[in-house]
Amino acid sequence: MPEPMGFFTDTTVCIGCKACEVACKEWNQLPAENGGIRELSGDSYDNTRRLDGIHWRHVRFIEQFKGPYDGRWLMMSDVCKHCVQAGCLEVCPTGAIIRTEFDTVVIQSDVCNGCRACIAACPFGVIDINPVSGTAQKCTLCYDRLKVGLEPACSKACPTDSIQFGSIVELRTRAQKRVDQLKSQGVKAELYGADPKGSLGGLNSFYLLVDEPEVYGLPRNPQLPSRNLAKSAGFSVASAAVLGVLALVGLRKRRMDDMGGPGAGGSN
Amino acid sequence: MSDTFFSGAPHWAWLIILYFFVGGIAGGACLLAAVVDWFGGPEDRPVVRTGYNVAAWGAILSGALLTIDLGRPLRFWHMLFQSANVPALMFKGWSPISFGAWGILLFGLFAVLSALGGMAEEGRLHNAALRAVGGAVRGGLAKVVGGVAGLLGVFIAGYTGILLSVTNRPIWADSPWLGALFVASGASTGAAALILLAPGRGATEQSLARLSAFDTKALVVELLVLVLFVASLGSVNRVWIGFWGLVLLVGVVGLGIVAPLRLHLQRRPLASAAKLVLLGGFLLRVATILASEGIERYRVAAGM
Repeated sequence: MPEPMGFFTDTTVCIGCKACEVACKEWNQLPAENGGIRELSGDSYDNTRRLDGIHWRHVRFIEQFKGPYDGRWLMMSDVCKHCVQAGCLEVCPTGAIIRTEFDTVVIQSDVCNGCRACIAACPFGVIDINPVSGTAQKCTLCYDRLKVGLEPACSKACPTDSIQFGSIVELRTRAQKRVDQLKSQGVKAELYGADPKGSLGGLNSFYLLVDEPEVYGLPRNPQLPSRNLAKSAGFSVASAAVLGVLALVGLRKRRMDDMGGPGAGGSN
Repeated sequence: MSDTFFSGAPHWAWLIILYFFVGGIAGGACLLAAVVDWFGGPEDRPVVRTGYNVAAWGAILSGALLTIDLGRPLRFWHMLFQSANVPALMFKGWSPISFGAWGILLFGLFAVLSALGGMAEEGRLHNAALRAVGGAVRGGLAKVVGGVAGLLGVFIAGYTGILLSVTNRPIWADSPWLGALFVASGASTGAAALILLAPGRGATEQSLARLSAFDTKALVVELLVLVLFVASLGSVNRVWIGFWGLVLLVGVVGLGIVAPLRLHLQRRPLASAAKLVLLGGFLLRVATILASEGIERYRVAAGM
């Protein structure tokens, strides 16, 4: 049995070259948007803007500028987090979403029927419909490459090793060393998703960040969608019980009224 | 900021809104038909038959809407059977969309049987096979089938709200009250549909007055649950500052709940109030779904 595999993304060395995006699209044969005629975002050098069914890698450009000489660029190559407790896998009604032997999460395109429950369930906004297949799609962590002992296309292409692929245990050790190194240099650095006791049992694609998670478009405390199931079902049953009783009482009252009418009164 | 603002919109739009609305009416009407079937008098039979008919057609329409909305409609059966391991069933008790698929199937089955029973009672079935099925659903069996359909009807009206709550989307996952709200709305719109349709099948003034009295109570419950829903959203309520907030306040609360309640109190024509209740029920689904669906656009615009 292979050990859990994943990505460690060190955002401090990402240069925003988008080689990972290109490698991902090329290996997975993902189509261009709008036939390749893409509308520019107009307010950023980032024109991909988000992860979706045909963009399984997205390099976020976070432009923090207070003035012409006071600012910085943050760059982060974003991807599916391959959560240890995955919301998408939890809600998928067709069984299309599976956990692989590498502890990654994969959508089987030939099983998915495009109901889109997984899109709403993912706390990171990773999944979307691929308009060509009509099914939900996202990063597979190059399952096909892993099966034959190859590294995922994105990390292979990354020229700065911002995206590192390997066993999760080894990546965590490496990531902690890098955090310690940065902190010793006075850089505010934190790991996001590396803690197996944290949210969603840890993320098999985790990050080194130098600002708050929200700045990178990441939720501070991602949760499973099923957290609401018991409470929501309980309130629904209570509401149904109240309405059922109201209907029953109304009808029973009518019957009693009928029984207590002139005919009934006469028999007393 | 709620963590739900970082999720993606599932593009559940008009077909799903229509399904939630139709499913609510079908479920509510079926519940009322079953209650009247069990506890009403012979003069209420037109209401019972109308209710089961609304439920049956609603279930069929619901199934069609859901199937058409899929990215791959021909794979709709993947929700019921394991596609690579037929005939093994596909069922996840913790996934509302999974148990909902089974719920719609079973609701449709029992609602159609009840409707056929009602049509056989009226002598309206001309096809021999349908007449045989409808004829078999009578007496005690009809009550049991109708009762099961009624219980499944409540489920269909409410699980759609639970389905929305069991996501990571803004508004939907920020409150546990959507299921309860949709149950109440299903009851009020179901009663309204019966008030509008049952006279065509010979419902008496008395039956309609009883339905109207129930609708008043259902609207009060709906209003209370709506208040609890909005209160539970906390800081997320800022999403209502805009068009969808106006729809919720004016369309749902004003036109869909307060106005029909006022008409009921003034003993004005039942049909006018019922039409407003249906409008309010539709706008409730529109506002709750599209308000959340639209949020991703702001997220993208903000470069998040």
